[in-house]
Amino acid sequence: MSAKLAERTAARPGVIRRIRLAIADGLILTRRNLLHYVRVPTLLVFSTVQPVMFVLLFRFVFGGSIGRALPPGLNYVSYLMPGIFVQTSIFGATATGVGLAEDLGKGIIDRFRSLPMARSAVLAGRTTADLFRNLVVVLLMTSVGYLVGFRFQAGILFAVLAVLLAIGVGWTFSWISATIGLLLKDVESVQAASFVWIFPLTFASSVFVPVDTMPGWLQVWAKADPVSVWANTLRSFTLPGDPQTLNLGSSRLALALQSGLWVAAILAVFVPLAIRAYRRTG
Amino acid sequence: MEGSVVVVEQLTKRFGHVWALAGLDLEVRQGTVVGLLGPNGAGKTTTVRILATLLAPDSGRATVAGFDVVRDAEALRSAIGLAGQFAAVDENLTGLENLEMVGRLYHLPKAEARRRARDVLERFGLASASGRTARTYSGGMRRRLDLGASLVGRPQVLFLDEPTTGLDPRSRLGLWEIIRELVQDGTSLLLTTQYLEEADRLADRIAVIDGGKVIAEGTADELKSRVGGEVLELRVADRAEVARAAGAVIGLGPGGAQVDNASGDITLPVGSDGPGILAEAVRRLDAEAVILADIQLRRPTLDDVFLTLTGHATEAEPMDGDAERATSGRRSRRRRRERDR
Ligand SMILES: Nc1ncnc2c1ncn2[C@@H]1O[C@H](COP(=O)(O)OP(=O)(O)O)[C@@H](O)[C@H]1O
Ligand SMILES: [Mg+2]
Repeated sequence: MSAKLAERTAARPGVIRRIRLAIADGLILTRRNLLHYVRVPTLLVFSTVQPVMFVLLFRFVFGGSIGRALPPGLNYVSYLMPGIFVQTSIFGATATGVGLAEDLGKGIIDRFRSLPMARSAVLAGRTTADLFRNLVVVLLMTSVGYLVGFRFQAGILFAVLAVLLAIGVGWTFSWISATIGLLLKDVESVQAASFVWIFPLTFASSVFVPVDTMPGWLQVWAKADPVSVWANTLRSFTLPGDPQTLNLGSSRLALALQSGLWVAAILAVFVPLAIRAYRRTG
Repeated sequence: MEGSVVVVEQLTKRFGHVWALAGLDLEVRQGTVVGLLGPNGAGKTTTVRILATLLAPDSGRATVAGFDVVRDAEALRSAIGLAGQFAAVDENLTGLENLEMVGRLYHLPKAEARRRARDVLERFGLASASGRTARTYSGGMRRRLDLGASLVGRPQVLFLDEPTTGLDPRSRLGLWEIIRELVQDGTSLLLTTQYLEEADRLADRIAVIDGGKVIAEGTADELKSRVGGEVLELRVADRAEVARAAGAVIGLGPGGAQVDNASGDITLPVGSDGPGILAEAVRRLDAEAVILADIQLRRPTLDDVFLTLTGHATEAEPMDGDAERATSGRRSRRRRRERDR
């Protein structure tokens, strides 16, 4: 027996089977993570209450005065909602890191790591579940937007593209958040740390106000901020006609390309970082 | 090593300046239970984590079910079940969903995963709670669910890291029962514990670990006979009289007495003639006019084994006082995680 045991080596499954299993494992964990929202619906409620408050705050409190800074013909709610989509998606992405830190703290990740499942499944399952959650939130925000006067004005195709871009941005930030969660390992620290980088990125951007009302030095930052690029791209997908005239800086196509490049660049850095951080959690 | 499912040779693992494992040797033979007995910080969890492929060793070799923990980690994982030191159940899933999920992650077909999950729940007395989220479970139920999760894959080798630490005495007895039944099916088990009694009840062989090394190995009886059977423990009322009392009783038993000057405790292994030695000790102390606060005969604990083997005491926690310890356990884990960073 021992001789046989000692010589035992892994009979590795074929590549196709491994990929199939990896997808299956990822889906099992996606389902598990989504079940949390079913079991604790308040989680979802809280992740929508805040963005709704932002909409109401900016639409009705600040909207009047900000609206005056906009180019003629552009009303503030049409300017605001695309920004809110981006902001909501990025804020929502903090849940990825918090969720991972929580699982680490409870030893659930240890259990997963001791199972013969695909190594990719924990991160894949978490980011995919957060993608679905964000889709629900964005659709909800769209409804709220419609109630306060927002409309998709560039047709159904661009409306779909707008939603896809919003959840794509959320997914991208999920990987940044995952990296932070796995490195800090502690729920409260992750929450605190998230806002340190999220605030300047989202508020010093074109999300809520036109950039050219800011002081010069801040404009430099705000114009370079990918959040501005995404918000402007979303605007170009929701407003009618040629966005150039709306002072968005570029054409629809150019904006879309810039948005895609930013997404690709961030993913190229943070997907490997998150995977490395996951491998090192042992 | 004929018929061994776990073979560990000269395993080392260092965290910064701390040698968590300093050349550990260990063997678990097919179908047997080995208890890894040691105080806090002895290296039990580190050993289990390496064997379960959660952690890579610095040097040495370890195989589980014939698979090398480093080279064949992936295949090894289908042969093992692990219940870590802290119950790792998903609070937001029901008991059934927890086990089903683990079954699916062992790549069992859906129906089979569900069937096994139900079996395990039934066996562990959780059937009636199977549809409730684990958040509503008591500490003992969580432990059982966690243990159940380590079994749905029908592992060849099972690792249980301090399975009853933090449980109240009744839940502990229940869990012991379950573990005993489980190993009757022929599962090989490596169990870590801080309690000699637990190792005594459950394990065929015990390896005593201290400072990342096995310092003694044998059956429970062998270890206990090294301690010298039962232990006489007495406490003098006036601490100033400790030395005089020790002088009176020393040499009564087969081994030397241990004296704790601070508390006034004297511990003395008494072999098989506990009552006789107790009576003689009382007579002698009476003759010396030493007043006792307490005197009792008791079965040896890990502390006694340790005192005998190493000459120093452990920081093992007492066996009762559940809730309080559960929280301190969590706190110490947080401390460890903080150190991890
Ligand atoms: N991740 C870690 N980082 C730093 N030190 C650690 C880590 N894990 C364990 N140790 C140290 O290694 C030693 C053995 O720990 P452990 O295996 O957890 O012991 P036990 O489980 O027997 O209580 C202890 O001194 C502990 O502090
Ligand atoms: Mg431990």
